[in-house]
Amino acid sequence: MASMRDIKRRRTSISSTQQITKAMKLVSTVKLQKAKGRAEDVSPYFNAMYRTVCSMLARVGSVDHPYLTEHDEGKCAVITITSNRGLAGGYNSNIVKLITASELDKDETEIYAIGHKGEELLAHRGYSIMDADNDVMEAPTYEDASRICKDLLKRYADGELRAIYLAYTHFKNTVVHEPTLLQLLPVAVDEEDIAEGNDSNLLMNFEPNEEEALGLIVPKYVTSLIYGALIEAVASENGARMQAMDSATSNAEDMISDLTLKYNRARQGSITQELTEIIAGAEALA
Amino acid sequence: MAETANTFEVKVITPERVFYEGVASMIEFTTTEGDIGVYAHHIPLTTVLAPGVVTITEDEENKKTAGVYSGFAEIQGDKVTLLAEAAEWPDEIDVARAEAAEKRARERIEAKASDLDLVRAETALRKALVRKTLAGRER
Repeated sequence: MASMRDIKRRRTSISSTQQITKAMKLVSTVKLQKAKGRAEDVSPYFNAMYRTVCSMLARVGSVDHPYLTEHDEGKCAVITITSNRGLAGGYNSNIVKLITASELDKDETEIYAIGHKGEELLAHRGYSIMDADNDVMEAPTYEDASRICKDLLKRYADGELRAIYLAYTHFKNTVVHEPTLLQLLPVAVDEEDIAEGNDSNLLMNFEPNEEEALGLIVPKYVTSLIYGALIEAVASENGARMQAMDSATSNAEDMISDLTLKYNRARQGSITQELTEIIAGAEALA
Repeated sequence: MAETANTFEVKVITPERVFYEGVASMIEFTTTEGDIGVYAHHIPLTTVLAPGVVTITEDEENKKTAGVYSGFAEIQGDKVTLLAEAAEWPDEIDVARAEAAEKRARERIEAKASDLDLVRAETALRKALVRKTLAGRER
């Protein structure tokens, strides 16, 4: 059995770790509240945007627009949104798993990394990193999303890229976060949503004409998707970290109570042993 | 709908917030094709916004103006939705910043930079001018 001193030292070290995890949990709870509020502010814009794009696509039908048709050459770009810091449970590795398990070919894929952890993990697995924009994760703004979007759209228009995907963690609620892989370009929306848009917007007019309007609106649509994903990812990150730190704190609690029990046993054992020794000594003298 | 026949719902949404939500009898804004004014029962129309002043007429006495910079508008019978990348009320405008931006943009246009820069400078100039007009009107 470990000595009393060892057990005591271990217990102290665990309780100081517990203090750290507890503090981190509190910090991410506060950050989560803020991020959640922002995510809720973004959703009306995003929903309206999605509806409009659906109704436009319903109107335009199968027009030969570069944003809508897939070209065969070039690579796939994947924007991966992860965190800059660790200690968030499976948050980052889930995104990486999502990409490695997808149908995207490793040699045909380029990673546009947002978030230090994802960049590191994917580079280690042999993916080529096209660009990294890690500072964005600290406080994502619409301008950031617009810059990233402009970059990628240019390369898409030049024919360098075949498709653009977005890998991020969807913030469903405080406890459920889903890693999601989304196709940004060519634009893919739900057939049903298009049909619905078709019904309600039969009379919709466009100014300038459909195709020109499409060329102007699709970049805005993609930007709004990226922005929404950034905001949701921040909320998910803090949610994931809060959970991870919560379970770390309760694990530490368990370990401390276990060690306390062991410590008391060891103390009791040593007292009993001492007593036995004294009695044995006294008997020997008598 | 009988009593509200001449009014319609207006929503101005930006990525950061729902900027304005209310009922109006007329709304005027700038599109890439020129300024338009919308009354109730306008034909359904989707159009692309250019930097400009939006005037929302709630009724005879209440008129609201705001700056809106790029985005698009969707007009659907009794509902007008403006999806703007940025929007601000006159009292949120930083005049000094707008003036500095105007100066910078003018210099760039004077210097006749490359085509791309010229387009950007022109957009910046337009935004700065919208901000100045709005702020000026307020005083």
